[in-house]
Amino acid sequence: MTSRLLSSAIVLSATFAATSAQAFCGFYVAKADTDLFNQSSKVAMVRDGDRTVITMANDYQGEPEEFAMVIPVPQVITRDQVHVSDPALLAHLDAYTAPRLVEYFDGDPCSPVMYDEVVVTGSRKIRSAPPAPMIERAKSLGVTIEDEFTVGEYDILILSAEESEGLQTWLNEEGYKVPPKARRTLRSYIKQDMKFFVAKVNLEKRAENGSEMLRPIAVAFETPKFMLPIRLGTVNAKGDQDLFVYALTRGGQVETTNYRTQKIPSGQELPVHVKDEFGDVYRDMFTTVADKEGGHGVFMEYAWDMSWCDPCAADPLSDDQLQELGVFWLNEVQQKPGRPMPRGRSKSAARDVFITRLHVRYDAESFPEDLRFKTTGNRDNFQGRYVLRHAFDGEMSCPAAAEYKEQVNKRRETEVKTLAKLTGRSRAEIRSKVEDTVGFYSADDMEPDTKWWNQIWKDD
Amino acid sequence: MVTGLVQDRSVWLRGLLADPRHYQIATLSTLILIGLFAYSFRLPWWHVVGCVGSTLTTQFFADKFIARRPFDARSPLISALSLTLLLRTGSVTLSIAAGIIVVLSKYLLRWRGKHIFNPANFGLVIVSLLFGAAWISPGQWGAAPVLGILLLGLGGIVTGKAKRWDVSLALLGSYGALLLGRALWLGDPLSIPLHQMQSGALLVFAFFMISDPKTTPDARVGRVLFAALVATVGFTIQFTLYNSAGIILALILCAPLVPLIDCVFSGQRYAWPKFFPQTETSYDLTPAE
Repeated sequence: MTSRLLSSAIVLSATFAATSAQAFCGFYVAKADTDLFNQSSKVAMVRDGDRTVITMANDYQGEPEEFAMVIPVPQVITRDQVHVSDPALLAHLDAYTAPRLVEYFDGDPCSPVMYDEVVVTGSRKIRSAPPAPMIERAKSLGVTIEDEFTVGEYDILILSAEESEGLQTWLNEEGYKVPPKARRTLRSYIKQDMKFFVAKVNLEKRAENGSEMLRPIAVAFETPKFMLPIRLGTVNAKGDQDLFVYALTRGGQVETTNYRTQKIPSGQELPVHVKDEFGDVYRDMFTTVADKEGGHGVFMEYAWDMSWCDPCAADPLSDDQLQELGVFWLNEVQQKPGRPMPRGRSKSAARDVFITRLHVRYDAESFPEDLRFKTTGNRDNFQGRYVLRHAFDGEMSCPAAAEYKEQVNKRRETEVKTLAKLTGRSRAEIRSKVEDTVGFYSADDMEPDTKWWNQIWKDD
Repeated sequence: MVTGLVQDRSVWLRGLLADPRHYQIATLSTLILIGLFAYSFRLPWWHVVGCVGSTLTTQFFADKFIARRPFDARSPLISALSLTLLLRTGSVTLSIAAGIIVVLSKYLLRWRGKHIFNPANFGLVIVSLLFGAAWISPGQWGAAPVLGILLLGLGGIVTGKAKRWDVSLALLGSYGALLLGRALWLGDPLSIPLHQMQSGALLVFAFFMISDPKTTPDARVGRVLFAALVATVGFTIQFTLYNSAGIILALILCAPLVPLIDCVFSGQRYAWPKFFPQTETSYDLTPAE
C-alpha cells in the first residue's frame, strides 16, 4: 500500500484530559488550612555536561496566596539563576510531543489505489530582604537564609539547614504547612548537602504583572547530579501522581537509570471513532500499560530530533523558544558552520536539540528513590502515534469492491480487538460503537457484482 | 558398536553439563532473549551477529597466530554475549569493534600468564567511554523483583559451577552493606537500599561479569577482598561522582590489582575443566541410524 501525505494537513485538536495528580517535585504547602489541588506537573530539563536548566510548571488552581513550594536543589541558587518563564512555552512543548493520531483515507478500490494522510493532533489540554528577627530565629534553628529575592510574581528563599527538625519548625513558623512525615525526607536531603528552594507568590507583583495564572519558574545551575527530586512530593500525596519530563539534550534519548524506561505502545490502527475521544482513549491506554507494570512506571511518549517532526502535532519550537527554555548551546552550534548536518533536515533548521518526553506515574511505594537520569547516545526517533484508516465511502462497482469490503470488515474487527487490548475496554462495547459509526459491510454488500452490463454504464 | 556410541555420548553429555561455560552461554542467551522479548531491549539482530562474529573471528586468528592453539569458541562467545547484554549502541560498527577489543585485551594485556582485564568489562567500558554512540543502560532491566530472583537462580547455577560464587556473593554482600549503611546514615527508609539492590544490571554484573574465573584472584580470600574493593569503588563512583555505571567502571579500575592480590594470597589458578580425554574429533554426534 502506498501512502501520501497531504501537503495541507488539516490539524484538529482532540481533548486529551490529563490525569489528575496531587504533587510536584517538591510539595505544596498551604499557608492556611485550605484544600490544595495540584494537577499533573510538567518539568522541562535542558542539560549538557553538568549544565542544567529546569523549568517547572504546574496546574495549581487554588488561591495564589496559598501557593508555596519547596524543592531540594543541589547548590545555593542566586537571583541571576532564576527566571520566570512563559506558560505558553511548556504548553507548546507539550503539544509538540503529545501522542498523536494520523488519519489515512482509502482510495476507490475500483480506480488506482491512493491513500491520503491527514494529521490529527492529540495535544493535551493545557491547564496549563528578610526582616532581622526572621534571620535570627532561622539561625537559632540551624537554618540559614542563603538568599532571598523576588522574581516575577514569586518570592524566593534559598535555605540551607543543619537538621530537619529546625527547618521544619522554621517553615511552619513562617506559615508554610510542612507535613510532619516530610521530616525524614528533609533530613536525607540535608545530609546530602542539598539546599532548599522555597517559592511563594508575591501578590503585589502578581497584580502588577496582571497575569492570571502562575507562570513556570526556571532555574539554571551546574551539577553532576542529573536527577529530579520526587520524594517530598510523595510525602503527603494520596494515590498516584503524574509527572511529565521533557528532557532536551545534545546527545540522544534520556532514560532513567534507577527505574526502567519503557516505550508506550505505538503504531496501532484504531477504529475511526477514536478521533472524537482520543483523549479518553489515550488515558485508558496509558493506564492499561501502567497497570501491566503494577500501575506505575516511566514511559517514553516521544523522542525526536527537535529540528523536525513527522507528523507534527504542533510546530517545532523556534530558536527563541528554545533559548527561553534554556537551550544554552544554540548560539554555539550556529557559530560552527562546519558541523555535519544529519540527513533529512536543512542546514538552517539543524540545531542539535533532542527531546525526550517521559511520562512518569508514581507513588511513594513504587518510587522510593528520586528519579535519576542519563543521556544516552540513542538518537532513534520515537512517537506515540496511532492510525485511523477510513474506508472508501464512494460508490464502488467493480469485482474488486467485494474483496475490498471484505478486507475492510476484517480490518475493522482487528481494530476493535486492538483497541480493546490497548485500553482494557470491552470488545462488545467498542464493536457496537463501530457499528453505530462506520458499521460493517453486510454479506449482500460483499456479493460480487457479476452482471456484465453493470460494468458498461457505471454512472446509471 | 552401539554400546560404545552410547558410552561416548554419555561422556559427551557429562562434559557438556560439567563445563561451566556451557551453562553460562545458555543463561546469557536466555537473558538476551528475555531482554529482547519481555523488556524490549534496543538490540537489532545484526548487532548480535556483528558482535559475536567479530569476537569469534578475532579469537580464531589470535588462537592461530598468537597463542598457537586449537580454536575454542566458548570463552569468546561468553564475552560476546555479555557485551550484547550490557552494551547498547546504534552503530553496528561499534558492536563489531567492541568484539575485537574484547579479544585483543585478552592477548595483549597480560601479566604472568593471566589476562588482566575482564574481557567483556574492558570492551564495554572502553567503547562506551570513547564513543558517544555507545552506552550502558543500567535501568534497562528495571527493578522487577521476580526477575531478580530469576537472575539469582540462574546466576547461582552458573557461578556455582565455576566455583566463583564467592565473588558474586561477596560483591553483592559488600555493596548491599554499603547501601544499607548509606540509608541508615541518611535516615532513609529501607525500601531505598532494597530498591537499589533489586537492580537487574547489578545482578547481571555480579553473576555474569565479575565472576569470570580467569580474571578473579586465585585464592578465595583474595577474591572476597577483590569483590569488596570493587563494591566500594563502584559505590563511591555511583554516589559521589553520580555515574550510574559505577560498579562496571569499578571493575576495570580494580582489575590491575589482581596480580598484586595474587602475590599476597596465592592459590590454585583456575583452568577450564577438560572432559574430553580423547581427541574431540573422534566423537561422531550424529545418530547411528
